[in-house]
Amino acid sequence: MTTGKKQPIVQFKGILKRFGDVVAVEKMNFDIEEGSLVTLLGPSGCGKTTLLRMVAGLEEPTEGDIFIKGVRINDTPIHKRNLGMIFQNYALFPHKNIFENVAFGLKYRDVPKTDIKKKVTRALEMVRLPGVENRMPSQLSGGQQQRIAMARAIVIEPDVLLMDEPLSALDENLREEMRREVDNLQRMLGVTTIFVTHDQREALSMSDKILVMKAGRKQQEGSPEAVYNEPTNHFVADFLGHSNFIKGEVVGVDKDHVNVRIETGDVLFAENKGGFSTGDAVEMIVRAQRFDAFPKNEFKPVAGMNHFEGRIKDRSYMGGEVSYFIELATGREIHIISMMRTRLYSNGESVSVQVSPHHCHLIPLE
Amino acid sequence: MKQFSPGWTLIRIYTILVYVFMFAPIVVVIVLAFNPKQFGIFPMEGISLRWFIKLAQNESIIDAFKNSLVLGSLTAVISTGIGILAALAFIRFEFPGKNTLNTLLLSPIMIPEVVLGVALLLFLRFLQQPKSFVLLLIGHVVLTLPYVLLIVQARLVGIKKEYEEAAKSLGANAFETFREITFPLLLPAILAGALFAFTISFDDITATLFWATAQNQTVPVKIFSMLRNSISPEINALGAVMIVLTVTTPLLAGYLSRKFSKIKD
Repeated sequence: MTTGKKQPIVQFKGILKRFGDVVAVEKMNFDIEEGSLVTLLGPSGCGKTTLLRMVAGLEEPTEGDIFIKGVRINDTPIHKRNLGMIFQNYALFPHKNIFENVAFGLKYRDVPKTDIKKKVTRALEMVRLPGVENRMPSQLSGGQQQRIAMARAIVIEPDVLLMDEPLSALDENLREEMRREVDNLQRMLGVTTIFVTHDQREALSMSDKILVMKAGRKQQEGSPEAVYNEPTNHFVADFLGHSNFIKGEVVGVDKDHVNVRIETGDVLFAENKGGFSTGDAVEMIVRAQRFDAFPKNEFKPVAGMNHFEGRIKDRSYMGGEVSYFIELATGREIHIISMMRTRLYSNGESVSVQVSPHHCHLIPLE
Repeated sequence: MKQFSPGWTLIRIYTILVYVFMFAPIVVVIVLAFNPKQFGIFPMEGISLRWFIKLAQNESIIDAFKNSLVLGSLTAVISTGIGILAALAFIRFEFPGKNTLNTLLLSPIMIPEVVLGVALLLFLRFLQQPKSFVLLLIGHVVLTLPYVLLIVQARLVGIKKEYEEAAKSLGANAFETFREITFPLLLPAILAGALFAFTISFDDITATLFWATAQNQTVPVKIFSMLRNSISPEINALGAVMIVLTVTTPLLAGYLSRKFSKIKD
């Protein structure tokens, strides 16, 4: 295919993996473009690590084929695949010093001795840990060990970099820093990267493309914006971010809007992205951050915006933002995260809530 | 000051007695080995290396000693070799009948040695083969394999699979991965296992009595047969040498495994 897009470097075609009776990955078709960072995102046990390990050659697919650079690699043993792998627990060889660790992959690649030294030095500079060649892994902190693991993986100039939850063993502050570092390094080298994580923030901030998985099945693939703003099903919307799910029925469709009667009897407008007609049972998804709340008596409706009334039932002040649970007339609760553009509301206060049709996303009721 | 209650006094006496009965005979053997006289009488009339010299000149004992050393070393090498491979199979791979096979290999620990000794002899009779050094060797490998297997397995469980996976992903094949990663990390357990195997083989009498021939006597078997004729002070000297050897070897093994285990983590 010559669509002007970059050539896919990794391709999954009908991949299925069974462990005994358990299906870990179900009929997966997926392409990864050269130079991109793709995240496999999902709760534990969703098959994301299994998928990664199949690329690495640590697991064999039960059915289907995996292609790297257009070549089927199902039967290529792991040590001939030219992949860089980074593990959650770093997996630095404890009996070898840092130089020997980083140089390990070069030994099997016919690199002259003098070049090995140069390449190791440069790789250590890239991960911003120059001069640690003679130390043992146990003498380095967790974050430093993970950087060495990165140096060891990139020094062999792999076709694909595979990362299996590389940041989850680090503590919170360090994780943020390392996330940016991984991101920068990946863009600098332009190496195709498959990143496995269960952390939505990691996925959203780093990826060119996210593949959301659940129970071995692909739920959605797309850019972080697409996956976050236009989830295709309940699971994806629920897994990423704080969402409100409002059941309703389509009562009218025009050029711009889909009119939905929600369970309170109010009719809300959602932007018409196509695919729905009158009578459809739908679920309206609205992110908690997309609502604006105003004091009821000061509220002036804006044309073209959705609004309804409620009462603050519960609030948690979190400094930069406030999380409110607002009870509607029917007893239903809506979760709002407010950036406090007006003022802090107290429990029991009546408020008017406004949301743009643009932020009301519809999916078919499951 | 508070007086000790009679109960505590009893426990103290009891404990001391237990140790006395355990160690006194061993001390007596070592002390009497330096006795210049033919019969052990206290107090000793001086110290002498006479019996050690006589021991060194006794060719049948020297032969037995050589036999024991050769047997022990070969047992250690073979047991460790098989033990490493078996441990790798049990810990790193899945295959049908794994648990059964594992239990089978460990069973010599649970079976009385007399039974094991007779069983191997009967098996040999069934095959219509004569007793030989090879039989002795096979027997000792069977006896020592469980210990090697347990030690190596325990260590292998602690070596994360990710080390091996990382090595393979970097381009090392299965053998190179074993040579560069698994073997060095396993080395303390391998050394400890080999030393245990040697000690057990060197020390064994019960099963060895069934398997040894006149040409293939080991030191313990030799001592046993000497005891049947007379109680020569030479036996004390030999006993002293045996004690030193069999105590220092496991101590050395423990020291080595502790020294090497520091590399881990």
